[in-house]
Amino acid sequence: MKKSNILMIIGSLLLLSLFIFPLWNITLEAPQYPTPIGMDIWITKIADHNPNDVKNINLMNHYVGMKKIPEHMKEFDIFPWVIGAMGLLGIIFGFMGKPKLFLFWFILMAILGIAGMYDFYLWEYDYGHSLSPKAAIKFLNPDGTPMAYQPPLLGSKKILNFKATSLPMTGAYLMFLGMFASLIAYFVGKKENA
Amino acid sequence: MKYLFKSISFLTLVALTWAMTSCGGGNQGGAANNNSGSALGKSTAERVFVAPGELDEFYGFISGGFSGQLAVYGLPSGRLFKVIPVFSQDGEKAYGYNEETKAMLQTSHGFIPWDDSHHPDISQTNGELDGRWVFINANNTPRIARVSLETFETEEIIEIPNSAGNHSSAFVTENTEYVVAGTRFGVPIPQRDMSIEDYKGNFKAALSFVKVDQETGHMNIAFQVLMPGFDYDLTHPGRGKSHGWMFFSTYNTEEANSLLEVNASQNDKDFIAAVNWKKAEEYIAAGKGKKMPAKYAHNVYDEATHTATSTMENEVLTLDASELPGLVYFLPTPKSPHGCDVDPTGEYIVGNGKLAASLTVHSFTKMQQAIKDKAFDGDAYGIPILKFEAVNAGTVVQPGLGPLHTEFDGKGNAYTTFFISSEVVKWKLGTWEVLDRKPTYYSVGHLMIPGGNSRKPFGKYLVAMNKITKDRYLPTGPEVCQSAQLYDITGDKMEMLLDFPTVGEPHYAAGCPASLLMKNSRKIFKLEDNKHPYAAKSESEAKVVRKGKNVHIYMTMIRSHFAPDNIEGIKVGDKVFFHVTNLEQDYDVPHGISMLGANTSELLIMPGQTETLVWEPKEVGVWPFYCTDFCSALHQEMQGYVRVSPAGSNVPLKWSLDGEWNQ
Repeated sequence: MKKSNILMIIGSLLLLSLFIFPLWNITLEAPQYPTPIGMDIWITKIADHNPNDVKNINLMNHYVGMKKIPEHMKEFDIFPWVIGAMGLLGIIFGFMGKPKLFLFWFILMAILGIAGMYDFYLWEYDYGHSLSPKAAIKFLNPDGTPMAYQPPLLGSKKILNFKATSLPMTGAYLMFLGMFASLIAYFVGKKENA
Repeated sequence: MKYLFKSISFLTLVALTWAMTSCGGGNQGGAANNNSGSALGKSTAERVFVAPGELDEFYGFISGGFSGQLAVYGLPSGRLFKVIPVFSQDGEKAYGYNEETKAMLQTSHGFIPWDDSHHPDISQTNGELDGRWVFINANNTPRIARVSLETFETEEIIEIPNSAGNHSSAFVTENTEYVVAGTRFGVPIPQRDMSIEDYKGNFKAALSFVKVDQETGHMNIAFQVLMPGFDYDLTHPGRGKSHGWMFFSTYNTEEANSLLEVNASQNDKDFIAAVNWKKAEEYIAAGKGKKMPAKYAHNVYDEATHTATSTMENEVLTLDASELPGLVYFLPTPKSPHGCDVDPTGEYIVGNGKLAASLTVHSFTKMQQAIKDKAFDGDAYGIPILKFEAVNAGTVVQPGLGPLHTEFDGKGNAYTTFFISSEVVKWKLGTWEVLDRKPTYYSVGHLMIPGGNSRKPFGKYLVAMNKITKDRYLPTGPEVCQSAQLYDITGDKMEMLLDFPTVGEPHYAAGCPASLLMKNSRKIFKLEDNKHPYAAKSESEAKVVRKGKNVHIYMTMIRSHFAPDNIEGIKVGDKVFFHVTNLEQDYDVPHGISMLGANTSELLIMPGQTETLVWEPKEVGVWPFYCTDFCSALHQEMQGYVRVSPAGSNVPLKWSLDGEWNQ
């Protein structure tokens, strides 16, 4: 088997690591939390980073009228199938050994990734903006509009007394590595065929 | 010219002072800077200063004496962290007030709200502190308590029968096989109606060996050694080579029953009783133990149900020291010895003869030889008295007045407190020479070196505990605080670093490195592990149930509300049980609850825990309750009402959940 084929198969298998590792993390830091509280986003669930973190985030957020972090989302039904299918497709492409298919897979992954991030942004927007009208604490922005508590898509942001940080986790890094491997496989494959 | 000269001298002085201060400041470790360091106030302060946000190096568990409790301090800062209720009710923590912990203070004499807590001792494995539990004795109504060092709560209390004034307690053997209890009063055994004047020869004393389960920590009285009716004062276990023996000091070997201050001070020598507990185990295995009826309470707190239960035991196994050869020997020790301390190697047994001017030290090796040689000087009630010369290792001559207690630094030095001359004296084991003495303010009782009662002392600090403070602090009326004083003992000479007030009487203490306990300290109780029969583990389980005149409220608390928070249908004459569960699962988020007019304390409930408050409303009306622990930004809103109707009323029982009435 050619180097490029092996690389493509490894890349596809790395994508499947999303079933074992979390994809993303949002962490909240505040003086009262010497151990920050955080949630880990998996392709199937949102989970505690440390025990009881999600419960404690919900407790904090209910004062400003934010909804509870959902135990179930439609994405949790879709993501495993998409990731599974893409992983399988990548492996099949790897065995077929056509570099153009490797590139096709990479582009498809990139599109799906961007779509995923957009979906994540929409959820974050809703989570930070649709607040209960009966909230105990209602803060306003300097311009008089109600304050929103949307976490950042990537990086850090100050939200009231919390510093919220949103970063990829192991699963995402391995996925990126897998996508990079498919791209390399495309170039190596082209060279091998030349 | 004269002016110029003066200026130069002044500048030189400034420069010198600056140079000296810098040297002192650079020497924060505390070791070997006895002269330069202590002369400069700043350096001493730095050595006890734990900067904001930083942590102390040692835990100090200082008993509260007549407060009945055990206080947790940080060393070297002397900061008070927590008062653990043990033998006295504590309204702050509802200990002995709520339905769950009332059983902890049950005894064969009924519920007792107070006692006198004296000697804490940390559990050991292979002669070293292991940080599992701390044991402490109740002096007045004899008991031993076990405090968990995960939760820092009292988990178990066992009463000691046939005993009166359990002073020589609660010291542990080097694998925590036993924790011991004694008796500072000879008493009729079993108790009976008899003339006090018939004390001599008729009263007896029981030395109790309480077995500790290594997994659960649960205690049971394995056996009692019945002894002549002397007063057994203090005790320490043998260790290393002397493991298997327990040494008890005695006074009043005169067996006086009145005016003891004179009548119990007549004998030139009293005894240290050496009890061979391994021999006791052999006698029991050989069936020589005698069961006798005895009534004593055994109270155990269950962490899963958050509830204590009290069981009354009815017999105890005894061994009569006068009838069983080899079980006990007496070591003559001058002048009513108080402290009885064993050095880290297990070789030396120090008798602190409190009315003597010298310290008597016995040798375990010589004691064994004397037993082999039968070097006896008669007997007392059939128990052999070993010849003084045959067991004596040496004498520390004229170290001070009124020696009480000795601890060790693990480097071959011993430190003894002197009550009358109010000082701590450092002396050398083996050569018996006095190395240093430092005053205490005033009238020191016990002293503590972390690990000082083990094979491995942490010889960095010494804490002296004083009975009298007089002018040492701002006056607070006739009753002023007692105190503890911290000394650095790393150098040749001791240095006093700090002087801090304590809770109650700082009778004795135990200490250990913070690192031994910190990692095990519990943060929350897991809600899913809560097995309390009246727990409501979510708001959907909150409800009110009437059973005749008893009304059970299954209530929850979470930031920042109670569920239910409005209750109607309660009547005068009802007995209302608030079973309150804290649903929080976050560190350091307790909630409290108090009910107007309830004849009890508040509840202070840790995350995941359930506690019960009983309220018997006597007046018609609408009565409020609220959260007593400042839990959140909306703490002040965490409140509710109970409507109380007349006795025969037909107002239906209903309660509000999430703003809706339920029935």
